[in-house]
Amino acid sequence: MSLFAISWSYIKEKPLNTFLNTLLLSLGIGIIVVLLLMSHQVQSNLEKNAKGIDLVVGAKGSPLQLILSSIYHIDFPTGNIPLIEAQKIAANRRMVEKAIPLALGDSYREFRIVGTNQLYRDVYSAEIESGAFWQDDLEVTIGANVAKTLGFEIGDEFQGEHGLTSNGHSHDEHNYKIVGILKQSNSVLDNLILTNVESVWVMHEKEGSEDHHGSDKLEPDIFGIKIGDQGEDKELTSLLIKYRSPRAAMQFPRMVNNNSSLQAASPPFETARLFNLIGAGVEIIRGFAYLIIVIAGLSVFIALYNSLKDRKYDLAIMRSMGASRTRIMSLILIEGMIITAIGGIMGFVLGHGVVELLGQLMATANQNIVTGQLFLSNEWLVALMSLVLGIFVSIIPAVEAYKTDISEVLANG
Amino acid sequence: MIRVENLMHAFGSREISYPDFEVSASQHFWIIGNSGCGKTTLLHLLAGLRKIQQGSVTVGDQRIQNMKGVDLDKFRGQNIGLIFQKPHLLTSLSVRDNLSTAQFLASKKRDVGRVNSVLHELNLSALISSKPNQLSQGEAQRVAIARAVINKPKVILADEPTSSLDDENCSKVLDLMIKEANIYGATLIVVTHDQRVKDQIANGIKLEAL
Repeated sequence: MSLFAISWSYIKEKPLNTFLNTLLLSLGIGIIVVLLLMSHQVQSNLEKNAKGIDLVVGAKGSPLQLILSSIYHIDFPTGNIPLIEAQKIAANRRMVEKAIPLALGDSYREFRIVGTNQLYRDVYSAEIESGAFWQDDLEVTIGANVAKTLGFEIGDEFQGEHGLTSNGHSHDEHNYKIVGILKQSNSVLDNLILTNVESVWVMHEKEGSEDHHGSDKLEPDIFGIKIGDQGEDKELTSLLIKYRSPRAAMQFPRMVNNNSSLQAASPPFETARLFNLIGAGVEIIRGFAYLIIVIAGLSVFIALYNSLKDRKYDLAIMRSMGASRTRIMSLILIEGMIITAIGGIMGFVLGHGVVELLGQLMATANQNIVTGQLFLSNEWLVALMSLVLGIFVSIIPAVEAYKTDISEVLANG
Repeated sequence: MIRVENLMHAFGSREISYPDFEVSASQHFWIIGNSGCGKTTLLHLLAGLRKIQQGSVTVGDQRIQNMKGVDLDKFRGQNIGLIFQKPHLLTSLSVRDNLSTAQFLASKKRDVGRVNSVLHELNLSALISSKPNQLSQGEAQRVAIARAVINKPKVILADEPTSSLDDENCSKVLDLMIKEANIYGATLIVVTHDQRVKDQIANGIKLEAL
């Protein structure tokens, strides 16, 4: 026998009461765990995918939309930019170390086709699982999730679909051929179909146009793109820029925004702005979760306090059997802590379970990957909070039990 | 052995003075008195459940008024077995666990053999896993007696143990208490207003109503 066993026997005696109290607490803790895991993983995913990209240059519009579409591939592009303007930007060797062109607009079964050059793979340190990186027009290298979800293998062919959603018409004049599959990187690359910019242009050439055919005879431009006679009409979606020096961060965005028809958007600034926007909602949900925890704590307190009346004689009998006041006090404290510990454990299981489920649902929808199989150091604070709550809600009933006048209780029994 | 000397207890302006008496080891003793004469208060003073204001109570070689806190609780748990009018078993625990809890709370080592042997003595072995709400009143009272003697106390104090029982059950309960007290050589003091106790226990004192 132990104090724990005695406390546990009292808890078991009222299963419904215990279940409701622990359920309420687990909901509050669960919501906080979900918020912690989600915000941490979403933020680190955003940072990971934007690593190595200092600036995005694209068509004027929402800078956040530009970032979301060009880096995270989760929104529609703001429009197209003339290739000539993009070349001018990239030619600024004093400030630009790397300028990676992106040509978006097509997809296959909701997986986006990205026309770019070989520098793009270096940003994410992409590695080949099988096959090779694309070289010629209409060759593609696909992300690990694309291969897994669509069951593609090297040598398979498919027709790109116009637009970034699943209801676009097929570009049935040309087939893409898969020449490589990337290793899983847990970055946006996993969900992308990579090819050269020329392939995207080929797909969108008007019927009868011969502009890009036989491109192997053409000289590559600053991006390594082979452009025909109608080069001045060509367009890109955006440019991913890496600065040559920290000074460029101060001057280059202003220069682009003031001296061209393009807009420059900084990924860290826009993601911080995004988190500020989301943050208000997150704070409301967090506040709601804390409210649930307080209500749960109050409920456990009321249950313990009320049970003292029923148990007054039991406690007096225990004192008559030799239990000290401290032991009786500990008995009630342990009972409160067991209830809150169960609620806390249920909350952690619930929170991690929900995040794991969300992660699996989101992975199928090509979104950022989150997992419930991760334990953050912040979660120890939540566990500690649950423990402190247990002590806090049981301290008053425990002190009441401590103060019980056994002689009076036994005399009235 | 229990010795009471110059014992007086006050409830506000109301004072109760108790006669001096001594009960030797292994002796059986009754304290009879009408309602309000301070019987239960006396029993609580003997058990150290109530603070002694004036006078002295000696149990064995220990003066109760000289002990306090954890020491007094431990002394009570290990040396005094209490039996009440109602069994008041811990309802969330089985018969076995009620007895184990008495060992644990008295800071004694868990002794399953001892639990089994006491239950056997009181013909309760078949009920070892039963919960108090599954016992008859008589069975519950026997478990309460088992709980009082589980730690082989030097003194057994019983507060109105027979008051709500018919003659037959009154006799049985007294027989059991006497038998158990004899087994452990314990002093048995029965505090009651029930005159039937005198039929089975020879010695005692009568408290006068105030």
